[in-house]
Amino acid sequence: MKRYTAILLALLMIVSMFTFASCGSANDTVENLEATYSQEYAGTTLNVFNWGEYISDGSEGSLDVNKAFENATGIKVNYSNYDSNEAMYAKMKSEAVSYDVVIPSDYMIERLINENMLQKIDMSKITNYKNISDEYKGLYFDENDEYSVPYSVGMVGLIYNTTMVDGTPDSWSIMWDGKYKDNILTFNNPRDAFAISQFLLGIDLNTTDKADWDKAADKLKEQNKVLQGKVMDQVFNKMQGGNAAIAPYYAGDFLTMQSINEDLAFVYPKEGTNIFVDSACIPANAKNYEAALMYINFLLEPEVALANAEYICYATPNMAVLNNEEYSLKDSEVLYPAEENKPKTQYFHDLDADIRSYYEKLWEDILRES
Amino acid sequence: MKKRGWGSVALNAPYTVWSVIFIVVPLFIVGYYAFTDKNGAFTFANIIELKEYGDIFVTSVWYSVLATVICLLISYPFAYFLSRQSEQSRRLQMMLVMLPMWMNLLIRTYSWMNILEKNGIINNLLAGIGLEPIKMIGTPGAVIFGMVYNYLPYMILPIYTVMSKIEPSLLEAAEDLGCNGFNKMRRVIMPLSLPGVISGITMVFVPSVSTFYISQKLGDGKIMLVGDAIERQMQAAYNYNLGASISLVLMIMIIISMAVMNKFSDEEGGLVI
Repeated sequence: MKRYTAILLALLMIVSMFTFASCGSANDTVENLEATYSQEYAGTTLNVFNWGEYISDGSEGSLDVNKAFENATGIKVNYSNYDSNEAMYAKMKSEAVSYDVVIPSDYMIERLINENMLQKIDMSKITNYKNISDEYKGLYFDENDEYSVPYSVGMVGLIYNTTMVDGTPDSWSIMWDGKYKDNILTFNNPRDAFAISQFLLGIDLNTTDKADWDKAADKLKEQNKVLQGKVMDQVFNKMQGGNAAIAPYYAGDFLTMQSINEDLAFVYPKEGTNIFVDSACIPANAKNYEAALMYINFLLEPEVALANAEYICYATPNMAVLNNEEYSLKDSEVLYPAEENKPKTQYFHDLDADIRSYYEKLWEDILRES
Repeated sequence: MKKRGWGSVALNAPYTVWSVIFIVVPLFIVGYYAFTDKNGAFTFANIIELKEYGDIFVTSVWYSVLATVICLLISYPFAYFLSRQSEQSRRLQMMLVMLPMWMNLLIRTYSWMNILEKNGIINNLLAGIGLEPIKMIGTPGAVIFGMVYNYLPYMILPIYTVMSKIEPSLLEAAEDLGCNGFNKMRRVIMPLSLPGVISGITMVFVPSVSTFYISQKLGDGKIMLVGDAIERQMQAAYNYNLGASISLVLMIMIIISMAVMNKFSDEEGGLVI
């Protein structure tokens, strides 16, 4: 008996070795790029703080961007993740650690600039900035393009399971439809969840009128009755497994879900939707400014940006990628809707602390009633 | 008090330094935040605001008590019978008890999401034998189950340890002196195993009452426990002061309940945990 167990274990170990070995084959150098990056800062460390699963990391044969940067510059990348803008802000604010590159979203960049937590980026060093589409230059949170370099772009849309939903929904109102009771999901974060109710009620996402927030909150409380739950990354499990019929989520993530469950479809509701841009920034207390510039420039390299766009599946602001024939998502209607299909969009703006704590309070009431 | 030599001071130093830096100082920081406002001025406002969290405290304590009781009901008889078995069988079964703990709590809980889902493994099995699906995920039952599943070994271990130290001769003596099975249990085994039960209860109740991950994942974001409230204040709402005051009250509640438990075990002549 014992001997069989030992043989079984040995077999398992061999199998697992092969599985790991297949991951090791990822390429981690970008030809030609090595020569264009100086080794001047070799041996220093660069602290990068980014969203989870938001960079090509070498899995499944993709480019390991951080490794490639290390090879090209000799700079050691110390990479860590966060899962929300607010968590990133809390970490930066605590000043327990200093980061050299962070990649927050638009409204958070606005807040960081207002609170003097970012420093200007020396654009003369970002030679690849020319790759950024004009569409994403001069955005509201950084009108003169001094503090941020666009990294990835996305919109929220409605994901639904065609086997469970009748017809083609075109409005956020389906998320209140009693017919799909217990099959509807929504975001488990206040800003995104409120946005849907705000679009439906025709309220500006960035309203500073508390009565507007109250109205949107009432609408969300009403929604509690038909919701299966409020989720963030569990949405993948739920939608891929057919455990829920309707969920709002980010367009890029829909592509990931659809690749696993073909019954899923996606629509931008007619009331409009939230658009976001995540951009690379350098915190005011960064310790390795020059290396940070190199890193940001590196992210804009056509090959690197292509690898990231393929890996993340979000829309890219990088023209060099969009014009590249090899880019597999180039024709995706979900990421790049044709001009006539483009939804109405609104950015989040940073709201002042008073409104923030007001809607947080409302959100907590909504959570408790569910 | 016995005077201690330099040797024992030196040997104690590593942990003393550790606990001061990582336990005592953070406690003071929590206390500081709980009694100050955003500008650092002294205030009771955070504590007063807690009255709105009364229902959440009640829910958390109630779920944790249920989870603890269920763990105890499962563990006690199991630990007893296990302690009476052969060395080899004990070793194997203890390993099975510990096995899930080789995996991270987050991964275990995430797996349970898939098992308890609407179209999850259990409901698929039910459908396979022609039964109606059961709604599991997103219910209080799922959250309590998650607590029981994750913390059960913490109940089994201490009870098993004390049980296996009970001398068989004591049980034989009880029988010789005319105890029937029930009396043997009540008068000999229970009092002797009490310290293990007390520490098991503490080790299950404390992590259960402060959990946030289990309730988030198995509760579909619909069940808010104290841990979730703290996490939300610290991470999303960025209100360290309120978060700290909730934590402080939670800690005080835990300390009081542990003190009560210890008192209880003292009176019964057991050991102080």
